[in-house]
Amino acid sequence: MATISFSQKDGHNAFIPTLSEADTGPGALSGIPLAGQDNISTRGLPTTCGSRILEGYVPPYDAHVVTLLKKAGAAIVGKTNMDEFGMGTTTENSAFGPTKNPADPSRVPGGSSGGSAAAVASGMVRMALGTDTGGSIRCPAAFCGIVGHKPTYGRVSRYGLIAYANSLEQIGPMARSVSDISLLMEVLSGYDPRDSTSINCPYSHIPDPEIRGLKIGVPEEYFGEGVDAKVASVVWDGITLLERKGAEVITCRIPSMVYALAAYYVTCTSEASSNLARFDGVRYGPPADPKLPWHDAFQQQRRHGFGIEVKRRIMLGTFALSSGYYGKYYAKAQAARQQVRNDFLRLFRTFDVIAGPTMPTVAFRLGEKTDPLSMYLSDILTVPANLAGIPAISVPCGTSDGLPVGLQIMGPHFKDERVIDVAYAFEQGVSR
Amino acid sequence: MVSERDVLHIAELADIGIDKEELAEFTGRFNEILDYFDILDQVSADETRESDRANVFREDVVEPPLPEEEVLANSREKEDGFFRAPRVM
Amino acid sequence: MTDTAGVAGQESRSTDFSDDEVIIGLEIHCQLDTRTKLFCGCSTDYRDDRPNSHVCPVCLGLPGSLPRVNKKAIEFALRVGKALNCTVPDESEFARKNYFYPDLNKGFQITQYDKPLAVKGYLDIEGEEGEKRIRITRVHVEEDPGRLVHKGGADRAKYTLVDYNRAGIPLIEIVTEPDLRSPKEARRFLNKLRATLEYLGVFDSEKEGSLRVDANISIQPKGWFGREGRGKGDRGRAEVKNISSYKGVEKALTFEVTRQKNALRRGQRLETETRHFVETRGITTSSRSKEMEQDYRYFPEPDLLPLRVCDLAAGIVLPELPDARRARFLSEYGCSPIHARTLTGDLRLAEFYEQVAGSDPIPAATWVADTLLGELNYRDMTVSRVSPVWFRDLILLVKEGSVTDKGGVEVLRSLLDQLRESGSCETPDQCVRRLGLKVLERTGGAGEEQDPVTKASREAVAEHPQAVADFHAGRKEAFNFLVGQVMKKTRGRAKPADVNQILLGILGEED
Repeated sequence: MATISFSQKDGHNAFIPTLSEADTGPGALSGIPLAGQDNISTRGLPTTCGSRILEGYVPPYDAHVVTLLKKAGAAIVGKTNMDEFGMGTTTENSAFGPTKNPADPSRVPGGSSGGSAAAVASGMVRMALGTDTGGSIRCPAAFCGIVGHKPTYGRVSRYGLIAYANSLEQIGPMARSVSDISLLMEVLSGYDPRDSTSINCPYSHIPDPEIRGLKIGVPEEYFGEGVDAKVASVVWDGITLLERKGAEVITCRIPSMVYALAAYYVTCTSEASSNLARFDGVRYGPPADPKLPWHDAFQQQRRHGFGIEVKRRIMLGTFALSSGYYGKYYAKAQAARQQVRNDFLRLFRTFDVIAGPTMPTVAFRLGEKTDPLSMYLSDILTVPANLAGIPAISVPCGTSDGLPVGLQIMGPHFKDERVIDVAYAFEQGVSR
Repeated sequence: MVSERDVLHIAELADIGIDKEELAEFTGRFNEILDYFDILDQVSADETRESDRANVFREDVVEPPLPEEEVLANSREKEDGFFRAPRVM
Repeated sequence: MTDTAGVAGQESRSTDFSDDEVIIGLEIHCQLDTRTKLFCGCSTDYRDDRPNSHVCPVCLGLPGSLPRVNKKAIEFALRVGKALNCTVPDESEFARKNYFYPDLNKGFQITQYDKPLAVKGYLDIEGEEGEKRIRITRVHVEEDPGRLVHKGGADRAKYTLVDYNRAGIPLIEIVTEPDLRSPKEARRFLNKLRATLEYLGVFDSEKEGSLRVDANISIQPKGWFGREGRGKGDRGRAEVKNISSYKGVEKALTFEVTRQKNALRRGQRLETETRHFVETRGITTSSRSKEMEQDYRYFPEPDLLPLRVCDLAAGIVLPELPDARRARFLSEYGCSPIHARTLTGDLRLAEFYEQVAGSDPIPAATWVADTLLGELNYRDMTVSRVSPVWFRDLILLVKEGSVTDKGGVEVLRSLLDQLRESGSCETPDQCVRRLGLKVLERTGGAGEEQDPVTKASREAVAEHPQAVADFHAGRKEAFNFLVGQVMKKTRGRAKPADVNQILLGILGEED
């Protein structure tokens, strides 16, 4: 086993822990410095989800993806910063302070996998893992000007990923080039019996830029209200480029988009309220006060351990599941979710992929967004892919006011190869 | 509309302490978000979650447990192989 | 806060209680006897082991761990559903029950909620008036929480110790309709259910803590709980939680019947409430905790896929169940109905009987169902401690006449005592010899005067002239008295037929 040395200089606060030396071995990723994310369990290395409540927690086991990375020879040099438990769109909700956007350090890198995006964009590492629950890979990829892919739900094992919203989230690759995304997908995907939602669908593919005859659907909703006009125009230029390369571009509609964001937030907060109940200080994390009765001790533990946004989402989810409100919120959200899924299934009978902007705006200034609802609204273009469980990639497609803009390409279930090909074709087209 | 009292009740259910100072603002934000969620009232509940997959099982075969020294390694409150939790009475 | 707790207020109108009936419904939790836990590969064989020695990331609720369903547990639960004549719905699913407590590893329990594995069944029991059908509402599977240890007692402990070895053991929950009408019926139902589960090979009732029962009990005017469902004017009911023994259920319910009847007689209104059974005192106490306000926020477990197991259920072939075995014991062995019921009411007993029945099944039934069972109960032992091999030998010794019935019982007692003390015992033959219980063989002819039975008989006649006189006066009981005396002198080793014959001979000589 060889080691590589790693410069721990981190001007953007991209990392939580780093290693000055990391092991590497033979394999597809041999010698490549790679960043894990702080919500993916690494044996012997602290894993905190950017939260005080997991301070000092060292997992006794590796996440499935970490095992795969090690087997492929990758050198895991550290764990990246993130919004606490993945709950955020800016990486400002971290107990370890915000990460800065390498494209403009006065701006946020996006979130929740902002640390990974910054680590890749700044060149500290060649690739990183991110996790995407409602856009958490694609948003920071778009804001930082890199590529990020959310795989089809089930294609990458969640074993060892500290759950935020189980039915929505996937681990995925982040890199500066589409071919690196493809390379990392090859390592990450595949069946894992330890995750019951895992699907036996390995990825083995070399990106192919040929897109002649490809039918691209462009939903009107992705250029509607709330989408910045300049961003929209940059993305349309990008879609036009794909058209020039031989694709057929047709506008379409996703009627269920009106429900998507609410359905997403009800679902993710409900699941989160339950997932995060385990943090009581008994088995790991800072200990609960043993002098108090258990109920008081747990309350105190969680009052101090969780940040305000995490508390808000736990509370929203608790309310959405509570007696008398389940039917109004959770059940309706699942019905809406099925509508989103059905809309995509219908669209994919006509189109090969769906394209649009990744984010409605460019990166916000640090501290700019304080109102939670308007923050949630910025996820509107990324959450549909999570609700439907389909693959979605964000690829850089130029700038608006000097800040990166991402083009999002979504495909049918298990057609990760196809969206990666389209992103590759775009990348090749831009670079030519 | 949920009241500050409702918020405190939910906090109790979620076993989260809410500071008195943050209660008013928290309740306000909470209501804004819930108002937004009201759009779901328009969704017909006819369609329910469907899963095309089912029946993922494990065989009844014993696997080794976590080594005992690792079981308690993350706990600072332990005694004689037990975890120490706050009292229940 | 014991027997008057739960009485909310006075009811002004006087009521006639002669027509009341007791309404009981049960919720039974049993551990399924799988090798591994419900959602991970940890062993379920933890009872004698150190705390937290059978745990993994799943049992500890470590962040990032994921549940995986044990197929055997589902199969076992389906066997139960089928044996209880339930319907298996096309789709069932796991759900999370969210609440906080230190014995929970994840802040929620994975259970089943609105889509249970099996629904709408029944179990026939012997009711107060003949056979009775008890309807089963549902059967579902769920995980057991961890175990809490309170040093110095729950009331005084400064903190709680937690052992997660039990966390994740598969439980089956069986819910009945409120069809039981007395504590005795409840006990009979439980006995029948236990036997059924054991016959199915899914449950081991001898394991400590393997069964827990919650009981709903109320007293309502007769006919209140009719075919059309509940009537008006519910008098309130008690849910007695966490009764952990079979005997406890009857005790707790009997206590509740008395408590509720007394309250009603005093004109008090009963409140629907949760009560706890205090096993050591045989009473229930009100637990005015927040439990009544619990809001478990159930929702489908997102880490697990739905179950579609109708085909799996259809493929299950059930073994012979208690009713079928009882019928067979009647026809095949000629057991009496009461013996057949006793012997088949417990799987181990039934199997034991079949091993010792041999060529003489009727006396063997008496030996097992009456003698052995009585001696075992007296010693608080179970039949699994007894070897059918030596028991068969013992029955044989009696049958051959080497030991009298009485001597046989003495041997049995001695052997059971040895087993209880040391875990092993002599062979019946050795025991007979050591205790000198071998039947005295009559030595006829020249040696007759040396024959011990003859000697003892002569002594008895000589020592009790009044009895002899009474005998000659035609009093039959005097003869029995003399037989008893001979038996006493020979320490029961004489064959009764020999004693009769010899005594009659001696008494005849005196004529």
